Amino acid sequence: MEWETVIGLEVHVSLSTKSKLFSGSSTEFGAEPNTQANIFDCALPGTLPVFNEEALRMAVRFGVAIGAEIGKRSVFDRKNYFYPDLPKGYQVTQLDFPTVGKGALTVTLADGSEKVIGVTRAHIEENAGKSLHEEFHGMSGIDLNRAGEPLLEIVSEPEITSAEEAVAYLKKLHTIIRYLDISDAIMAQGSMRCDVNVSIRPKGETELGTRTEIKNINSFRFVEKAIYSEVERQQEILEDGGRIIQETRRYNADKDITTSMRSKEVANDYRYFPEPDLLPVVIDDEYIAAVKAQLPELPDARKARFMDEYALSNYDAGVLVSSREMAEYYEIVASKSGDSKLAANWVSQDLLGMLNKNNLEITDSPIQAERLATLIARIKDSTISGKIAKTVFEAMITEASDVDAIIEAKGLKQVTDSGEIEKLVLEVIENNPAQVQQYKDGKEQVIGFLVGQCMQLSKGKANPGQVNELLREKMQ
Amino acid sequence: MINSTVAEISAALAAGDISSVEITQAYLDRIAALNGDLNAFITVCEDSALQQAKAADDARANGDDSPLLGIPLAHKDIFCTKDVLTTCGSRMLHNFVSPYNATVVELFNSAGTVLLGKTNMDEFAMGSSNETSYFGDVKNPWNTECVPGGSSGGSAAAVAADLCAMATGTDTGGSIRQPAAFCGVTGFKPSYGRVSRWGMIAFASSLDQAGPITKSAEDAALMLNVMSGLDKKDSTSIDRPVEDFTASLNQPLKGLRIGVPKQHFAEGLSAEVEQAVRDALAEYEKLGAIIKEVDLTNSHLSVSAYYVVAPAEASANLSRFDGVRYGYRCEDPVDLEDMYKRTRSEGFGEEVKRRIMIGTYALSAGFYDAYYRKAQKIRRLIKDDFDRAFEEVDVIIGPTSPHTAFKLGSKSDPVSMYLEDIYTIAVNLAGLPAASIPVGVANGMPMGMQIIGKYFDEAKILNVAHQFQQHTDWHKQKSSAIAAANGEA
Repeated sequence: MEWETVIGLEVHVSLSTKSKLFSGSSTEFGAEPNTQANIFDCALPGTLPVFNEEALRMAVRFGVAIGAEIGKRSVFDRKNYFYPDLPKGYQVTQLDFPTVGKGALTVTLADGSEKVIGVTRAHIEENAGKSLHEEFHGMSGIDLNRAGEPLLEIVSEPEITSAEEAVAYLKKLHTIIRYLDISDAIMAQGSMRCDVNVSIRPKGETELGTRTEIKNINSFRFVEKAIYSEVERQQEILEDGGRIIQETRRYNADKDITTSMRSKEVANDYRYFPEPDLLPVVIDDEYIAAVKAQLPELPDARKARFMDEYALSNYDAGVLVSSREMAEYYEIVASKSGDSKLAANWVSQDLLGMLNKNNLEITDSPIQAERLATLIARIKDSTISGKIAKTVFEAMITEASDVDAIIEAKGLKQVTDSGEIEKLVLEVIENNPAQVQQYKDGKEQVIGFLVGQCMQLSKGKANPGQVNELLREKMQ
Repeated sequence: MINSTVAEISAALAAGDISSVEITQAYLDRIAALNGDLNAFITVCEDSALQQAKAADDARANGDDSPLLGIPLAHKDIFCTKDVLTTCGSRMLHNFVSPYNATVVELFNSAGTVLLGKTNMDEFAMGSSNETSYFGDVKNPWNTECVPGGSSGGSAAAVAADLCAMATGTDTGGSIRQPAAFCGVTGFKPSYGRVSRWGMIAFASSLDQAGPITKSAEDAALMLNVMSGLDKKDSTSIDRPVEDFTASLNQPLKGLRIGVPKQHFAEGLSAEVEQAVRDALAEYEKLGAIIKEVDLTNSHLSVSAYYVVAPAEASANLSRFDGVRYGYRCEDPVDLEDMYKRTRSEGFGEEVKRRIMIGTYALSAGFYDAYYRKAQKIRRLIKDDFDRAFEEVDVIIGPTSPHTAFKLGSKSDPVSMYLEDIYTIAVNLAGLPAASIPVGVANGMPMGMQIIGKYFDEAKILNVAHQFQQHTDWHKQKSSAIAAANGEA
């Protein structure tokens, strides 16, 4: 039987406010346990929440960026459950009246096609603390630094049909959030987390199958692998005549399988009700317009501009705008080098390859945009060839000195002296009589081999254009 | 002097007739003499009280003339007080010392008052008789076989027995007004949002309000002057200018329109209380007021709605008492669930557990619409009733409680206890201000009259109460035992 997959994603993003959602405590990452938990965060009796409006502004910023409906009256609710890292015994969230309503994201798939994926809602809620189970000899430690940090939970429509689409959606979400500067959205640090709802159904069926929820996946790659593995598991069960149990599962990356966490059939009753300690949050059109006016250029708009302004391909533009920092880096290289196409190749291939290899972010690149621009400029003005440029690039990773100094010190300057080039050409003609004869017999493409020989002889320093020209001249 | 009003003590302090240390010592002596019988205080702060009194006297010597400077008061043990035990009447917090002060406590500290101690109360303010306290029953100073009312029973008894000049209370469904009525003192529940809830341990967040318990309406005005106002730490506190509540106390009542709700004079009201309130209304007519019957059509629904909304909010508010971070924790828990179960089973009393159960049930999936949502609708209807009535009248007057204080241990059925607050609960559901003032004595026990005002019209209620107290002396009546202790005949 042919199956189709239906996926919905719930993404939690830590909003990068300076203080917590309902208290003045700092949200700095990595502090000593419980040093960022005040009397409210510890849920001391008598303490009350005060809403941090910066979180509202960030949520609305996200909402307008994805063209979503904005809730002009959002209401906080209490979600009740007991857990030691949830000090109040309830989490404050938004159930019926979220700040962000229906919106959509457009994602580009590997084949270049585009797909619109609906966002159901995005609501503001508070994070829980952390339970620490090691080092306490049979007891658990509680760290409340994270308790009360603001989260935006972004819920997609069940319109995602493959692991590839899921990852494309997540990456797009990640890009937009980074552009908006509302979160670090670093999955490895937990500032972006993803729960995946997966079900399958016979192709053509309109009813949804029973879904499982895979909780807390912390990388794009694991999201992809978890979906593959869960779809396969469900398929095997159904094809063996079994039944999928609605439950929460976790992805075990070492074994590449999902395992059951708890059954939703005996699910918690969270007993939601409106949080009486907080008033509904009311905003007007003016507020929304002001947030909208402050939006930065978003990835889709920037991509269109790059294609237009820098004559880039859809693909290149897509790669370059995938992070705000890279797009900004590229624009410096493009404008300072004077060759937007060459700049695109160097940034998206050489630079990105080097960063990936060294596990670096572009903001930590040992080669700054201005230096890369100079390197490209030296190709353009024929100081070096494109090939020598790769050697210079390698040197630039470890040497902080300027591009021209490196070229000079390593003697990599291109040979453009016609006397020297003539010597090379004559030597190659003499050493390769057979190929020269073939050329003279009309086998035009042999010229490439001969140019190559000259370049080799010059250790890549000869100007290939000049070599080409002179070879033809001498072989006439 | 300990049986004087705050206004009188304040004048004596200002005139130099007495020092704060002297009056504070007098109250401490009185507490030492009577608290053993009455059990009105959970904690007495002897040393710090005398230090504060000394500081107040020094401040006065340096020219400070704040009206409440040096006045000894008691806080209900629901207000968090730094360095002083805050139990909320519960085993759960039997060992809890707050690292911070409630806003109300801060405000009184800034006003220069002297904290004598923390008063007993029904556990987590859940009760109408002060019999649910982990720290034992409070006795009514008029008759120690009777309850003082609740939940602010300790504060009301302390004021009635002259153990303090004034006290704070909190009122979620009548917890200031009913004990004030039972103990023959003046109690005032302000409009919801008038007084900050920061540091006041929550029972039902949308209903809780702090207020004064005093020996006169004028004293209540003096306390409200200090307690009221916007607090950015409480998002439900309201940004309205705080007037001087003593300024309008002496407005004449000629032409005042008093609404009398027929539903508050119906079956269940004792004849003595009805007579006392009717006599008071006649007194108001003599002062030029006009009496009008008003219809609070939905008032019969208020107790039911309240016992959904209040327990629902309480069930969540009390979840934080889990033994993890502070307060009571059971001995040797074997695992997390055992710790939760035993901590909460052992730490909470019966009434608190009953209300957590009711609230949890009312919020459960499948019951929410039938209970919580419906109760919220009723709440709106009740508010609408008041709005309509207040189109025609300035204040609404009726009995505070259907009868005088009952005997300790006489009400074992929770529902009959819940019906104690039949006249007071609707006021909380509507968020309105209301006072209870003494209006008579029957069979040796005091009776109270409730005066309800429009939202944020505290000044009018105080005016109406004060004028009554200028023309009657019910608020000055003491039980014979207290009068004897005061050396009176």
